[in-house]
Amino acid sequence: MTAETAPAETSAPALTQRVGRAVGRAGILIPVVIVFVILSVISPPFLRFGNLTNILDQQAGIIIVACAGTFVLIAGGIDLSIGAIYGLSGAVALQTASSVSPVAGVFAGLAVGLAVGLANGVIVTQFRINPLIGTLAMTFVVSGIAAIVTKGNLVVALDHLDFQSFAATDILGLDSAAWIMIVVAVLAAILLSRTTFGRYVYATGGNIQAARLGGVRVNAVRVATFALSGTAAALAGTLDASRVLSAQASSGQFLTFTVLTGIIVGGTSILGGEGTIGRTVLGCLFVALIANGFNLLGLDPFYQQVTLGVILLLAVGVDAWSRRFE
Amino acid sequence: MAGLTSAPFATDDSAMQGDAAVHLETRGLGKSFGATRALDDVSVAIRQGTVHAFVGENGAGKSTLGKIIAGVFPQDQGDLVMRGTTVSFGSPREALVRGIALVAQEVALVPRLTVAENVFLGAEPRRAGFIDRGSLRERFDRLVADAGFDLRAGAVVGHLPLAKQQQVEILRALAREADLIVLDEPSTSLSAKEVESLHDVVRGLRTRGRTVILVSHFLNEVLELSDEVTVLRDGRVVRSNPISGETENSLVTGMLGRPISRAYPEKQPPATDAPIVLAIEGLSAPGVQDATLTLRAGEIVGLAGLIGAGRSELAHAIYGAAPARTGGIQVAGNALPGRPAASIEAGVALIPESRKDDGLILRRPIRENVSLTSLKRFQRMGFVRRGAERSEVRDALARVTGSALLEAPAGSLSGGNQQKLLFARALLIRPEVLLADEPTRGIDVGAKRDIYEVLVRLAADGMAILLISNEVEEILGLAHRVLVMRAGRLVAELSGPDMTEEAIVNAAFGTTSTSAA
Repeated sequence: MTAETAPAETSAPALTQRVGRAVGRAGILIPVVIVFVILSVISPPFLRFGNLTNILDQQAGIIIVACAGTFVLIAGGIDLSIGAIYGLSGAVALQTASSVSPVAGVFAGLAVGLAVGLANGVIVTQFRINPLIGTLAMTFVVSGIAAIVTKGNLVVALDHLDFQSFAATDILGLDSAAWIMIVVAVLAAILLSRTTFGRYVYATGGNIQAARLGGVRVNAVRVATFALSGTAAALAGTLDASRVLSAQASSGQFLTFTVLTGIIVGGTSILGGEGTIGRTVLGCLFVALIANGFNLLGLDPFYQQVTLGVILLLAVGVDAWSRRFE
Repeated sequence: MAGLTSAPFATDDSAMQGDAAVHLETRGLGKSFGATRALDDVSVAIRQGTVHAFVGENGAGKSTLGKIIAGVFPQDQGDLVMRGTTVSFGSPREALVRGIALVAQEVALVPRLTVAENVFLGAEPRRAGFIDRGSLRERFDRLVADAGFDLRAGAVVGHLPLAKQQQVEILRALAREADLIVLDEPSTSLSAKEVESLHDVVRGLRTRGRTVILVSHFLNEVLELSDEVTVLRDGRVVRSNPISGETENSLVTGMLGRPISRAYPEKQPPATDAPIVLAIEGLSAPGVQDATLTLRAGEIVGLAGLIGAGRSELAHAIYGAAPARTGGIQVAGNALPGRPAASIEAGVALIPESRKDDGLILRRPIRENVSLTSLKRFQRMGFVRRGAERSEVRDALARVTGSALLEAPAGSLSGGNQQKLLFARALLIRPEVLLADEPTRGIDVGAKRDIYEVLVRLAADGMAILLISNEVEEILGLAHRVLVMRAGRLVAELSGPDMTEEAIVNAAFGTTSTSAA
């Protein structure tokens, strides 16, 4: 926010309000810092440059999907099909890259995600199917198609190193995937906070009836958020297929959960109308730090699942609880 | 004949027998909703085995009184006295235990279940934990015969017409041995034939010794059915009388004439040659039938009518927010397509009836709420030009309120200031036509006065305003011309000396002494 110099806004209540809102805005930053400090103290390898860049490289796909998913949630929807889209588009991209060309592979992967995202949007807005159920059903449809496309096998193309350069080119110590993630996050943040589209997304999720009467084409907005989400899931699937030069229909089965946890822990409300890209990125990093900590400390990964599940419940609970006071 | 006294509670002890016994009495009831005083010092005595009607204008408190008696809300002050004992109800369930049941405007039945299942829902006769179907059926048959209804036990409630569903509700009350039944606007959604059968039901209840409270805005129904009537105005009792002492005219007169009058800004009539900016011809939409009207530049036209008469639906149909419509709408000579965005483009602004449900995005900043409908003006290549947005929002706000706050959430403002945000939003699109639906609902007197000033100033600047209000006095205080709606149709147009409270109320209620247009 730019500085406000109007005298009315520097009066005492406005000031406390600002401080309150600043603390509220910090929200997820506080636990992220706490976990960061704890890990730095108890696990010396944590602070190594290699470990930190490794976290970013590994989180690239998740953060990309989460940034787009934030739009869906703010607009009042939810997209459970992102994991399935991730799996299908990775497989399609890799097969196209090995049979046609790496560039065609990238575009084929993205086109799959865009198409499924648009289908999700139409299902939710035109057929008026609850997004939770609509995208859950699409998860099965898309996963099934992915299993058909891959014939149920692991697709490998280990000799296509040119395709690997899409995700794994080292630039200033970070993979190109991580740089793409940074670019996506910055663009998403600008789109959400600075454009008319971003405003309409908040309005649609905040009060759909008011947005409609205010002249916002709410269905177009909702379709666009699902299209963004599908395309982002495809980008993540394509990047990860490129990185390891292999793809599998079921590879995204935990992605949906991880992404939604990151978004919601970041403070975006599942009820819509609220959230920012910055918070989502921090939320995803928080989840990643917990996971990294479990690895570094050599803890059982099953406990990691339990922990993340509890964290998701806590985040949703805190959101519901904080809304009671309005 | 019942006693002539309208004073509460019988002073003679012989009130134990016959129709003179008081079944339920309210003593000094008071109730507020936020800043609105819904009931004030209401004392009414309802006699055993009578039909007692509550009448009054919109917002007079008749429905609130019925709901307090049935335990829907608690009163703030005063007592409920039932057959001489003070009672208090925390919920409709507790009222039911004491024999009081409410049949609300909206039926509250489970549509997929049968009539008998609904009637005994939650109180099914059981044997060893299972519902005893034989005994249920037997009790149902007895109940139906006793009430004299024509209802089939196995019929699925969702398939029944509304009048029958009401009978199911009444039966459900009787199954729980209710002997005081509050009917809240029971005939509002019924056809003429269904109303007849409802009236038979009410008479049957009285014959069987039950007490009925009839909350109704149909005066002919009240005159036909009730034994006594209580007239309410502004949350106070005007009088309680035996029905034989009342006529349609006396009831209307009793409902009118507020003691406290608010000051309104001076009217500035539009020029006689002011151009017609909104012309509507034969408009039909859900809840609206064949509406034809015109609005001139600088004119405030009041749209009066009872709740549910179709006024909001008309505004929504004009604005293009109704699902379907037929008929012609022209703004400044151009046809208006039926979409909100197109209406905004054409210079038609809507201030919706419910600012919370249809107007504001409460968690977003004031600035974004005001600029929402005009964002296209502040954008360059899809980006919001925040400097331009900020300064225009500030200007628009300055025209309706003194506040310079831009970044606080809209939900943090008072109701009156939230309403002003909607005016600022409407101003920002520079409209030629403003459809203001209940713009002063639920806000305090000071904020109301501010809104009146804004409306008059906008009209003086040449805007055409359609003002929907439940308060007849507000319409009279502001409008240059009044249209009255009843049951989806425009039934009267009043201007000049014909614009009286009595004429409006008569047209809205459909009572005789008016010349329907």
